[in-house]
Amino acid sequence: MQKIIRSSIVLLFIFVFFVFYNSLNRETNYSTDYLVGKKLTKFNLKSFHEKNIYTNEDLKKNDYTLINFWASWCAPCRVEHPYLMQLSKEKNLKILGVNFKDKKINASKFLNELGNPYNDLAKDMTGKQSVNFGIYGIPESILVNNETMILKKFIGPLNNQDINYIKDIINSL
Amino acid sequence: MLSNTGNFLLLINIFLSSLIIYNSFKCLKTESNFIFKNIYQISLLQSTIVLICFFTLTAAFIVSDFSLITVYQNSHSLKPLFYKISGTWGNHEGSLLLWVIILTIFSFLFLIFNKNHPKNYRLYTLIIQNLLILGFLFFIIFNSNPFSFISPIPKEGLGLNPILQDPALAIHPPLLYVGFVGSSIYFSAAMASMISNYSGRNFAQSIKSWVLISWVFQTLGILVGSIWAYYELGWGGFWFWDPVENASLLPWFAMTALLHSLLVLEKRNTLYFWTIILCLLTFTLSVTGTFLVRSGILNSVHTFANDPSRGIFILIFLSLMIFASIYFLFNKFKPTNDFINSNSKETFVLINNWFMMFYLITVLLGTLYPIFTDVISNNKISVGPPFYNSVIIPVVVVFLFLMAIGPQAKWIKNKFSNLKNILLILGGAIIINIAIFYFLKSYSLISNLILISSLFLIISSFLDFFKKSRSSLPRIVSHLSFGFLILFIGLNHNFSVEKDFNLKLGEAKKIDNYEFALLDLKLNQEVNYKAVVGKLEVNNSITMERKILYPEIRIYENPQTLTYEASIQTNYLGDHYLTMSNIDRSEYYNIKFQHKPLMVWIWISVILLSLGGFLSLFKNAKNN
Repeated sequence: MQKIIRSSIVLLFIFVFFVFYNSLNRETNYSTDYLVGKKLTKFNLKSFHEKNIYTNEDLKKNDYTLINFWASWCAPCRVEHPYLMQLSKEKNLKILGVNFKDKKINASKFLNELGNPYNDLAKDMTGKQSVNFGIYGIPESILVNNETMILKKFIGPLNNQDINYIKDIINSL
Repeated sequence: MLSNTGNFLLLINIFLSSLIIYNSFKCLKTESNFIFKNIYQISLLQSTIVLICFFTLTAAFIVSDFSLITVYQNSHSLKPLFYKISGTWGNHEGSLLLWVIILTIFSFLFLIFNKNHPKNYRLYTLIIQNLLILGFLFFIIFNSNPFSFISPIPKEGLGLNPILQDPALAIHPPLLYVGFVGSSIYFSAAMASMISNYSGRNFAQSIKSWVLISWVFQTLGILVGSIWAYYELGWGGFWFWDPVENASLLPWFAMTALLHSLLVLEKRNTLYFWTIILCLLTFTLSVTGTFLVRSGILNSVHTFANDPSRGIFILIFLSLMIFASIYFLFNKFKPTNDFINSNSKETFVLINNWFMMFYLITVLLGTLYPIFTDVISNNKISVGPPFYNSVIIPVVVVFLFLMAIGPQAKWIKNKFSNLKNILLILGGAIIINIAIFYFLKSYSLISNLILISSLFLIISSFLDFFKKSRSSLPRIVSHLSFGFLILFIGLNHNFSVEKDFNLKLGEAKKIDNYEFALLDLKLNQEVNYKAVVGKLEVNNSITMERKILYPEIRIYENPQTLTYEASIQTNYLGDHYLTMSNIDRSEYYNIKFQHKPLMVWIWISVILLSLGGFLSLFKNAKNN
């Protein structure tokens, strides 16, 4: 009996050593890269005016959807807005905006002032829904196809390069 | 020049440590019960040279000698002198030198203060402690050398991280290091005790003071870290359950358990192996904590650069320590038939140990779990306050009751003749609790239980104070202040007020019974930073209190960083805590205001807690 206890203690420490050793060379920053190539988890987002609800099924109707997480209080969102306006002219792409932890008045003002690039507009007042998308800050955007598979995740404001990348993909049909 | 001096001194230290080990083995072979005089002399020389080595590095920081990489990376010629000095240990390499200082000085002091214990036991302690010193010296020289040279010599340094430029953080590491590096000496003593078969009561006496010293410093170190987090990190919390905070708490639990089990070993000569395990565990946990912080496995406010090669070194060192400990434990372990009456002081002390182990395992699991899931299943999770709070808080309630009753029990066999007293105290605690919640209008079951149990402990300790002899004063002070600590944390948690809003210059806002006005904004130029200072007026319409607070947004130049300094007004009833942050492209400022009742009493309780440790240390020194 004592032998078993002794060997299990030693084995436990060897296991801990192994885990520690392996953790040394790992990336410690939170990363959502692994989401690319996976399907979106089921979601249920209220529309901005609370008239209807968006789910995964709605995205399947579009060839490509860009889900953009934004808020009126977020300065970089203002920077990326003109690029979204550009993308809104693309035929093969629908843009779903998710208004993140925002006030309705401020968000409406923001869109009136800068234009509304969104085909659909949803909201996430508490920020909890966005967690399911692997969002940990805004702005972030996710490009998905008609099977709701994630093709690319954009962290931070979209730039010219990102826009070209998106255009290349959606026009390759 | 300083680089060569430093390296030379480090090499001498390696030589001296080896010499001490060699001489100790030679001395072990002699018949007499005396330790060679030269061992004392070399030990003294070793401590002196380590100190000189450390002062060499301090000197390099003071004169801003940027030919040393460590100074270049962590200092700047314009930094105030105080922070140049504290910069010596505010970085990975320099802090390791502080490690070695404490290892060495404790080694020397243990040697000279334990003359009435057997020669072999003392020599083995010295040998093992010097093996630890050697390990760390090699680590410093081959991996983390503070005296590494850089060429060409940069004209200016990169500066110390601004949030570390703070008086509390200047003393936080040394205090904490005396705590957990100090525990090395009873790790060595425990190993020596097993090797030389020096067990029981005498062993307990030889390490008691050292346990107390490390416990007191560990407590104070954690306190200073908490105070810093409270006023510097800007959201009004003082404990985050951050993995690095946990790393300092783990050895603290083990030390606290050890303190209590030593009492049993000293009085009743039982629990020897359990005490040994705790001695080994405390230092092992300290090194594990160091591994977690220095290897970069965990992300936290402790901004040491990530470097896996450090991790590998500490990990190997840690494994050697653990396997040596396990080897000796397995070899020397004899099942003992200690009879402990279930109703006796021994049992209560054991219960304390179980609780401490419960806390320890909970915090250890919470801290390590994310690392394990990441490696094994590639799944990143984080364990946060809800886990710790929901697991630990309910258990604290029971713990506090037992903490009040335990000291009343007698050694060997106890009879509870004072059940009536206990019920009376409990009644008193409940009445005070109801009064508090009635007047302050707040209710939750768990906070009621926390308050009742902490009041129970406080009242019992107070009554003890008048009944018991002076010799139990240290225990009464510690237990009383722990009761107060939990009481104040409970009240603080329940009655805190928090308001979050935006305000522009000249504007006033009324929220509930508070009215806020941003009266003025000023730009100040300080030595090493610029500051935007706001002047905010806070009026409370119920208490008619009027406060003026001056929160700051600081812009540091080297390295360029923005920090938000909370403005805190403290009085004995509570803190008014306010932070201000700028909003991009807007004339509005985001204001976070908190009223945190009894904050200062939380700090005072912890200081009193460690005072209990000090008193116990004096009592112990007087008795021996």
